[in-house]
Order: sequence, then C-alpha cells, then structure tokens
Amino acid sequence: MKVFMLGWEFPPFISGGLGTACYGLTRAMDQLGMEVTFVLPKMVAGQYATHVKLLTPQSKASDPSFALADLKNVKFCPIGSLLQPYSTPETYHRQIEETLRQKQLLHGGKISSASLLMDSSDYSTDMYVEVYRYAEVAAELAFNRQFDIVHAHDWMTYPAGIAVAAASGRPLVIHVHSTEFDRSGEHVNQTIYDIEREGMERADKIITVSHYTRNIVISRYGISGDKVEVVYNGVDRCGSWPLDESGIKKDEKIVLFLGRITMQKGPEYFLQAAKKVLGIMDNVKFVMAGSGDMMHRSIEMAAELGIGHKVLFTGFLRGEDVQKIYKMADLYVMPSVSEPFGIAPLEALDNDVPVIISKQSGVSEVLMHALKVDFWDINEIANKIVAVLKFPPLQMTLRSHGNFEVRRLRWRDAAAKCARIYEEMLAPV
Amino acid sequence: MPSICFYFQVHQPVRLRHYTVFDENEHYFDDHKNSTICRKVANKCYLPANRLILDLIRRFDGKFKVSYSITGTLLEQFQHYSPEVMSTFDALAQTGCVEFLAETYYHSLSFLYSHEEFIDQVHKHMETVKYYFGQAPRVFRNTELIYNNDLAALIESMDCFDAILTEGADHILGYRSPNFVYQPKGCNKLKLLLKNYALSDDIAFRFSNRDWAQWPLTAEKFANWVGNVNGCGNVVNLFMDYETFGEHQWEDTGIFNFVRHLPEEILKHPDNNFKTPSEVAESYDSVDSVDVPHIISWADTERDLSAWLGNAMQSNAIHELYRLEKKIKKTNNEKIIADWRKLQASDHFYYMCTKYFADGDVHKYFNPYDSPYDSYINFMNVLGNLHSRCSDQAIGGEVCSTP
Repeated sequence: MKVFMLGWEFPPFISGGLGTACYGLTRAMDQLGMEVTFVLPKMVAGQYATHVKLLTPQSKASDPSFALADLKNVKFCPIGSLLQPYSTPETYHRQIEETLRQKQLLHGGKISSASLLMDSSDYSTDMYVEVYRYAEVAAELAFNRQFDIVHAHDWMTYPAGIAVAAASGRPLVIHVHSTEFDRSGEHVNQTIYDIEREGMERADKIITVSHYTRNIVISRYGISGDKVEVVYNGVDRCGSWPLDESGIKKDEKIVLFLGRITMQKGPEYFLQAAKKVLGIMDNVKFVMAGSGDMMHRSIEMAAELGIGHKVLFTGFLRGEDVQKIYKMADLYVMPSVSEPFGIAPLEALDNDVPVIISKQSGVSEVLMHALKVDFWDINEIANKIVAVLKFPPLQMTLRSHGNFEVRRLRWRDAAAKCARIYEEMLAPV
Repeated sequence: MPSICFYFQVHQPVRLRHYTVFDENEHYFDDHKNSTICRKVANKCYLPANRLILDLIRRFDGKFKVSYSITGTLLEQFQHYSPEVMSTFDALAQTGCVEFLAETYYHSLSFLYSHEEFIDQVHKHMETVKYYFGQAPRVFRNTELIYNNDLAALIESMDCFDAILTEGADHILGYRSPNFVYQPKGCNKLKLLLKNYALSDDIAFRFSNRDWAQWPLTAEKFANWVGNVNGCGNVVNLFMDYETFGEHQWEDTGIFNFVRHLPEEILKHPDNNFKTPSEVAESYDSVDSVDVPHIISWADTERDLSAWLGNAMQSNAIHELYRLEKKIKKTNNEKIIADWRKLQASDHFYYMCTKYFADGDVHKYFNPYDSPYDSYINFMNVLGNLHSRCSDQAIGGEVCSTP
C-alpha cells in the first residue's frame, strides 16, 4: 500500500497534538510495511541537515526529499511554506511580517519586500491564498509519483488533498483532527469553515479522531454518517525510563496542566479550580506547561485570583523536559472546553500520572480509568483534585489501572484501521 | 424429598448524594434517588412478587412455603416511601408459610471488622423482625452469605439460632453435594444449609439468556431437574435476590409466569415438598461437617470477598470506616451513630469495585455512580465530614458514661 500523505511535523519539531498524531500514525504505518510519501510545510529546508539522513542531496530544482533512519518506508518531501499547525489568519500574517522584519535586519533596510522572501517560492501574505498555493505545489510534487491513496491531515491540507487526488485520480481520505467549532467555539471563521466543508464533501472518506468529532462533522457540516469513520489516536511508549526517582524531593504536590494555553483547553477553569483547592489545601503547586495566545492572560488571572505564588508557568516544553515534568506531577488535569481527542492524558498515564479529563473530549470515550468532569464544573474539578492528592489508594488505583489501559491504545491499531479503510476504498465496487 | 427451600434476599442501601470535599451539610443521603428507586422496585418487583407468592400460598393450602430476609435499612425505607409493600409482607407473615430470617440490620461487613458491632446489628435486626412480623428468627444468614468457621462459632455462641445459610461453593464441598444438611466444623448444635448455586443461578441469572442451552426455562423443565435430586439429596436450597423477580429478570422474560406454575409442577411428584429453612434444619440430620477456614460468599464467580475488598480503595475505605467506631460510639449521638451505620452497607464498597469495570454487567446496572473512583471519592468525603462531627461533639458535648 502506497500512501501520499499531507502531514505536518516530525520530531524534534513537534508543536502539539497534530504533529504528534501525524507522526505517530505515519511511524506505525511504516512499521506495518506501508510506503508513505510524507509532504510537509517547512520554512527552511536546510534546518534538518543535522537531524536527518538525506535521501537525495539538496538541490534547488528537483527533489529535496529526505528520510529518517528509523522510518525505512517513509519519504519526506518538504514544501517551502510558512503554514504551521494551529495557524489562524492573524497569526500567519504576523509570522510573515516577523520573517520580513528579520530579513530586513540581516540585509539592511534598502531591499524591497519582494526580494526578501526566501527561496524561489512566493509566500503569500494571506493565509488562504497560501493554502491554495500549497495545494498547487503539492499537486506538482505528486506528479509522476505512484501511490494508491491520498491522506490529508487537518483543514489546511484539504485543498492540497483535493488537488492531488484530482490530478492523480486516486481516492482521498481526509483526517479531521479538529473543527472550527472546537477551535473557535460558536464564532467560527466562515472561510475556514467553507474550506473544511469542501474538504469533507470532496473526500471519498473522512476519518475523525473520536465519536465526539464525528458527531460534529455529521451535524454541523451536513455530512452523511456512512462516510465518516472513527480512528482513535494512540500513544507509544518512548523507551523505558529508570525506575528510581529522579532525585527530585518534593514536599509539595504538583498538579499539571500541559498543552496549548488557549481558550479551547480551558485554562481559566484550571485556575479557578486551583483557587478552590488552595482554599483548603496548602502544600500544592499548579504547573501550566505550554504556551499559547492565552498565556499572558492566564498569568494575569492567577495573580488576580491571589494564587500567583502557587502557579508556575514553564513555557513550551519539548523532548526530555516533557518526561521530566510528568515524573514530577502527582496529577494531570485536562479541562478542555472542546477536545476532539486529547493525546496528552494518554502520555500522562503512560508516565504513571493519574488524570482528570473533561467529558467534552474524545479521549473520554476510550479511557475508563480516569476521573471525568464537565469542564465548567469548577467545584467538581477541585473536589476531584483534592481527592487524588488526599487519598493515596485513589491515586494508586488510577495509576496502575490507567497505565494498563493505555497499553491497548497503540498507534499500530490506528494504522491497521486506516489500512483497512484504504482497502475498502480501493476494493472494486 | 427433596424439599425445596426458597430463600429471598430483600435489600436496598441508603444511597449517598453527591458530596464534595467542600460540602458541610450533615445530610449525606440522596432522599430523592432512594425514594424513586424504592418505589420503582416496589412496582416492578416487591408488590407483584409478593402478591403472586401470597396467591400461590393460598392456592396450595399450606404446601407452598418460602423464606425472606429483609434488611433493616430497607424496612425503614418502606416506612417512608412505600408502606403498601409492608402490608403485603404482613399478609405473607400471617399465612404461617413464610419464615423471616435474621441478618445484620445494616447489610454490613461488620463481622470482618468488629464482632461487637456485628452482634449489635444482628440483635437489632431480630428485634425489628419480631416487631413487624411477630416472628423471632431462628435462622441466620450473613451479608452476601459471607461465611467461615469463625462466623459459625460466633453464631452458635449467641445461642439463639438453629441454622445458618451460606454458598455451596465447590471448593468447600469437594465431591459432596449441596443438597444435604451439614454441620459447621467446630459446632455442635448449629446446622448448615448450602445454596445449590447451579439451580439457583439458573433462575436468578440464566433465565432470560437466549444463548443458554436450556433457554427457555419452563416450570416443568425445572421441576424435572429438581426431581432428579430424588434419591441423592434431601433438599434443594434455592437462595437468591428477590429482585430476580421483575428487576434482574424483567416481567417480559416470563419470570412471573414461571413462578406461577412452579409449585404445581414441583408438587406433581408426590415425593417433593416445600420447606422453610427452619423446617429443613428440623427434618434432616447433618450428614457431614464442613470446614470453611477462609471466607466465602455468593458473589461473582470467585465467591469470595473480592467484590467488596478487591482493590486498594475498597480496603482503605472500609478500614477508615471501622477505625471510627470508638469515636462514633463515644459521641452517644443517635444521628451520628445511625449515619455511621448506614455507611456500613456493603453496597457502598461494591460500587468501588474495579473488577469488571471493562465489562458492563450486573455490577454496573445497579451502580448509581459513573465510575468506581467517583464512588470512592464520594464515600471518603462523607466519611471525612462524619469524622469532623465526632471531634466537634468531643470538644463541645458532655461526657456521658457508656451504656
């Protein structure tokens, strides 16, 4: 099975769940023996020279693709673009401006903006135009390549998926990792909604990461149920870590929030619950690990609530730091307002940290050994936090059962399910 | 022979309301939920089943007999929520064909943690049964048929019982059959009646299971199986939850019809009869002594304590509960003591079981909580508040001499 995949990031440059999911799925497919051509947006092609084994030498015209040593069947094809996961039109525009500014600093202020844009591609300053330009380039890349299926992850690649599928005549699968309703609540961006909807209508099959998201696709985008399948995200143990404590002696309990600090993730509910907990328990600290558009607001909010000295902000964490923070945590809380899946709780459980998750999430469909709350129910969130910190038997039971439970949520099952979906799509009618 | 001995367990716990660590109200119980459930089960089970049994007793003119054990906590709830059920039990008591058994008033596991509390609860239950039904129980059964040699010794020492019921578990019987009367090892007077779990569970669990090879179970078929015991057994002990009739097995499975025809089918064979547990103990000598050094019960396939004490949360909760005994009793406050006792119902710990959490089965259907973790958190929050009430009492209340 040969897959033309339109994805996002790979380690160590993962910025969130979307990158993690794409990478996890691709890696599992590789292990199943599927061949994947993985197209992704990248600003600077040379950025990876030290991290990857180059398949073909860098050249300005032809195929700047490369491979990773441990992914034998995956070919990575970067397309120069400033598109990033979680971009909004505003953040994209800011990004372009920032890039221009940096170039001006390098070359002095006399050069025109047009020539400041790097490589030979013309980045558009308008994100929507960029999305369609990306689609064109992807279609060109696809030309003369052999593959059975096109698989596009998240809305920004849907036009590219449509273009490649149309040019090659192969069937299209789109993978819905989130919808505008998750990201923006009820005030959806109409243009993005239209792009999402077109992708869903033009696709031959839609994969969602949970029934929660599947229901949104059916009810808010008018798609027929038999076109939509659920493939849950997974988690893979990233190697074993030493069993002994890492020497961090702490008297204080640590309650962890790890994820993008943005409206969708419910940071204000986390802080309100923290305040209630601190009202009756003193030796606990709340850690918010991550960055995002609500980070500053959250720092202010913690101060306003009078708990600033008990809330720590670590900024964005990656790699080993993520493991370290899980090792220190007594509890992980995900008070998401609307979470299509939520991989972080699985990672927490994998690291022996019990979790409290919002019922308004996809992952609550698959986890049984987790405490569940309605995201708005601050009282109950606080109640459950106190209970976990106060009663060791509760923490122990959640940890051991939860850890056991995540072992059956592996990416290879997700990959196998995708393979089955591909086969059904390719079967002669 | 064989004598069919029916025993029905009748119980509802007093369920807790949602109680967070921030709650300070001293009323822990969900009256609305408890009353709704009590009335619902009354309509689906207690009333129709009682009426049916009453009818059968009258129709067969004393030949059809059954026995019940109704917990104190449920008797209290009948008074509050469905007194009409009490009148039907009253009528049953008056027939002279119904025996009432004794158990712990609060359906507790107190035998495992405090013999003093256990004995108090048994006495209280016996007084209550005497008060409502005019019978002094002579046969004892422990919560969920939990049993071992020590229990038998304790019951015998109380000197007011003739027999005790428990599960006819394979590992205590070995090659022997539950269809005889036995004697607990170490006892002289007490007799032991063992549940025939195969035949009991055919009615209580398998009755409506279409995948069962013997489905559908008719009264005639069942009577034949019972009849097969003739010649190799004296008694067939059919012990089950009363909710089998209408709740576990809904009316549309035909369970009431089955019961309606059962006495006549059984009595078609002139050798068969129905006896109450006391009558069984009186009629038959024990054929052997049974050694049960380790606790058994009638719960789940393991037939042990794992349904209530299998995980760390359960052991912790029950341990903390009984640790409060002295403090609670020292307050001499009726309300506090009653609350503490209502928390002893084995159901509270059953809800915390993580054993079959993955499979939706009997554990889940009757569980008012979404997860065992929620039930543990709720219980511990309530216990925490109860504990603080004791301390208040100790500080502000007067010192009374213990009664």
